[in-house]
Amino acid sequence: MSLSREQMAEIVARDIPDGAYVNLGIGQPTLVADYLRPGSGVVLHTENGMLGMGPPATGDEVDPDLTNAGKQPVTERPGAAYFHHADSFAMMRGGHLDVCVMGAFQVSAAGDLANWSTGAPDAIPAVGGAMDLAIGARQVFVMMSLFARDGSSKLVPECTYPLTGRACVSRVYTDVATFAIEPGGVRIVETFGISDEELINKTGIPLVPSPFA
Amino acid sequence: MTASIMSAADAVAAVRDGDTVLVGGFGMAGMPVDLIDALIEYGATGLTIVSNNAGNGDTGLAALLAAGRVRKVVCSFPRQADSWVFDRLYRDGRIELELVPQGNLAERMRAAGAGIGAFFSPTGVGTPLAEGKESRVIDGREYVLEYPIRGDVALIRAHVADRTGNLVYRKTARNFGPVMATAATVTIAQVSRIVEPGELDPEAVVTPAIYVDRLVLP
Repeated sequence: MSLSREQMAEIVARDIPDGAYVNLGIGQPTLVADYLRPGSGVVLHTENGMLGMGPPATGDEVDPDLTNAGKQPVTERPGAAYFHHADSFAMMRGGHLDVCVMGAFQVSAAGDLANWSTGAPDAIPAVGGAMDLAIGARQVFVMMSLFARDGSSKLVPECTYPLTGRACVSRVYTDVATFAIEPGGVRIVETFGISDEELINKTGIPLVPSPFA
Repeated sequence: MTASIMSAADAVAAVRDGDTVLVGGFGMAGMPVDLIDALIEYGATGLTIVSNNAGNGDTGLAALLAAGRVRKVVCSFPRQADSWVFDRLYRDGRIELELVPQGNLAERMRAAGAGIGAFFSPTGVGTPLAEGKESRVIDGREYVLEYPIRGDVALIRAHVADRTGNLVYRKTARNFGPVMATAATVTIAQVSRIVEPGELDPEAVVTPAIYVDRLVLP
């Protein structure tokens, strides 16, 4: 009974504090917006220069001058603000952004993040704002399937892919378990149809079982 | 000196072969399409283009690349679903790429415009994009030394200008425009409308006219 992407998004949304300033990465993390409680006061940041981003634009709302980081048309919420790119990244780097949610190829036991390149020699590299977000946001949440197509774990003792940022991830939300990366090690917060033993075997990490399991 | 109002063709004649040209926009939002089209027509070559992306589809920046005018691209996110022009040139080894994290890209241009010699950024530490760069530990945290990116010419898009060159932008089309405007010897802004001095609220001006040299209407 592993989780769907929507269920994972719901769990991530639950862990975002009321009133937080949050950046949701391109792709899967965008789904988190659908599960933020109305009245939570969470303000969404988009790296291309906006706080107070609203839901995707449809029909007459579509405005080519108003897009998100994935270049999709979006809307603005009351109280929104626009700013230029240097300000937008100063917000990240300066530690003003409470949470960012990103996808990943790999996360290490130390919280290292690899999500921009698989290192394949013929790949065209592209990094966007991932490195700035990784080191800038006060908390970095990763949302990903735990296992790659070949069955290998994406939560690993050491990343083998090129890093996006060092020791920056605090939580990893996967389809089979949620993990907290803490000074004492990686703790299993919650599991969904998988045993702690299997998680330890497959990740190769001495995971700390949750006291609440 | 206040900004001059010109045709796109006359305005882009500021670009010389081998120049570094800063090009605003994030995808199509804020992309100065008329100025890029005029630059293609004008024919300057051997250019270094600094922009967030490396062209989409077959128009705008992609068309400039396809025309063989660009030697090097400095950007954060070249690979897109529709970046086939850049992809082909890169794989054929016909274009150089300097990949820069988006925040460092913005800050390096900000530094150029603000007269900063270089700065230490925490972005990229421990990654391949910091390899070979000078680093320093400050208050227990590691930083990488990043140098300014200065343009010979900036091509940006704003919403409304007044005749002196003060600019306001529209929504997320603002993106790199205000930073690029400060970082080039000659800044050319494509705008939708030009009004008389006094018609823009001075409190609302985003780019003061001191940074703007040429204005172009569609």
